[in-house]
Amino acid sequence: MKRFGDFTAVDGIDVEVRSGEAFGFLGPNGAGKSSTMRMVGCISPPSGGELRILDLDPVRDGPVIRARLGVCPQLDNLDPELTVRENLTVYARYFGISRRAARERAAELLDFVQLTERADSKVEPLSGGMKRRLTIARALVNEPEIVLLDEPTTGLDPQARHLVWERLFRLKQQGVTLVLTTHYMDEAEQLCDRLVVMDGGRIVAEGSPRALIERHSTREVVELRFAAESQEPFAGKLDGLGERVEVLPDRILLYVADGDAAVAEVATLGLNPANVLVRRSGLEDVFLHLTGRTLVD
Amino acid sequence: MVTLILPRLVDVSAASRRSASVVERNVAALKSVYWLLLLSGFVEPLLYLFSIGVGVGTLVGDLPLPDGRLVSYAAFVAPAMLASSAMTGALAETTFNFFGKMKYMKLYDGVIATPVRPFEIALGELGWAMLRGSAYSAAFLGVMIALDLTTVPRALTALPAAVLVGFAFGALGMALSTFMRSWQDFDLMGSAQFTLFLFSGTFVPAQAYPTLLHWLVEVTPLYRSVHLIRGVALGVDGWSWLLDVLYLLAMMALGLLVASRRMGRLLYR
Repeated sequence: MKRFGDFTAVDGIDVEVRSGEAFGFLGPNGAGKSSTMRMVGCISPPSGGELRILDLDPVRDGPVIRARLGVCPQLDNLDPELTVRENLTVYARYFGISRRAARERAAELLDFVQLTERADSKVEPLSGGMKRRLTIARALVNEPEIVLLDEPTTGLDPQARHLVWERLFRLKQQGVTLVLTTHYMDEAEQLCDRLVVMDGGRIVAEGSPRALIERHSTREVVELRFAAESQEPFAGKLDGLGERVEVLPDRILLYVADGDAAVAEVATLGLNPANVLVRRSGLEDVFLHLTGRTLVD
Repeated sequence: MVTLILPRLVDVSAASRRSASVVERNVAALKSVYWLLLLSGFVEPLLYLFSIGVGVGTLVGDLPLPDGRLVSYAAFVAPAMLASSAMTGALAETTFNFFGKMKYMKLYDGVIATPVRPFEIALGELGWAMLRGSAYSAAFLGVMIALDLTTVPRALTALPAAVLVGFAFGALGMALSTFMRSWQDFDLMGSAQFTLFLFSGTFVPAQAYPTLLHWLVEVTPLYRSVHLIRGVALGVDGWSWLLDVLYLLAMMALGLLVASRRMGRLLYR
């Protein structure tokens, strides 16, 4: 639990992350993901409840735990006065790693995140994606058992995102425990073995991406777009089709087990949508269903 | 007994190792522009010494010390310039630079995610500030010897005294910086620093002030620093330096304590 004055950011969540798994915290902005990550990273004491990391107490054993964690915070806090390489070697020294080992480790990691060519550049001229990769490399400098990633690919272009995912996937294969927050559903589906959906500081759902989709959505979704001012009048006629009908300003979503069968049924009803799309249900459907479509800031 | 003490000893060595890593970071960040800054810190007290100590000194003539000895005005002013440059050098690092690193560079947000703790950051930054401050002091003492304003053995004793002054002011500055909201607040600090510089028995013996002001001046940190260094540099007998040393040690301990507490509160949100 985490409170800031009257505001409760994290309101009693109960999760257990197993060694070697990739665990995700999903949620809209303000759901309490980052506060949770800061508590797990031992840089924010919990206001209540019990927290154990690597079987240790984060308040008492902070330095010992942090020595075994790698942290990639939401906002890059690289050292702007140092070069790319120095950002790694100096950071390694904070962990008490010898200079020689730090140099070797930095070279390996620069290679791992494809920044070797920029090793002697300052941090500031790097692109967002490069900075992110450097921050991830920095999080790995102490060969951590657990890596905490707070929105690792937010703000990156598709190429950079895929590169980051691919590197994170490799880490996972090496047996490193990954704990990440994201509001990208594809990221969660790609990387997480298990995840929780958070909203308003609480957990609203928990499970593997597949299980969550099965539990909170249907197998397929049909998107219908009618060439009319409002979609609303068509919705009434679709009642009873599939498990759930959702009306959006520009289209109607049908949550069904069999998309093609539903489309055929729509035709027999005499409706003639301008646009029909049948797709597999994804985590995004679960997420929007659970946390609502209204904008939270 | 061993099992009780050993973990604490290990802890101390790990803590100082971690503080050293903070110093190392600053060494790595040291770039050419910085050298100019370093130079200015050395030149400033020299300018004061020549313009006021030597220049105005020719008008003032000799001054009597409390023990009755007469010294040249330059010899009277020089130790005070040493004390105030030790103050300025330490403050520059632990106020402006420290504040910038903490608030704008967000440097320590990254550091606290490692085993390094706020107290160790504070100690490391202070140690770094004192590397700089000590270099100023040593250079200035060299000039004092060259101008025959002190002797070599006295200068060798004055150096650790100047370093202590730097540590005390550096810790105080760091503690104050944690309360600063923006750069504007530093204007206030600058004014306070300049007031101390003018009235701490630097250019005029504190005895020259009215009694009440005299007492007020005597409890300010720069006065204690000037008193300590002047006593050492001019070879004044007695034990009055002990009070200065205790005062400065207490100031350093308090400053470090407050700084690391406040940093903990600001960083471990």
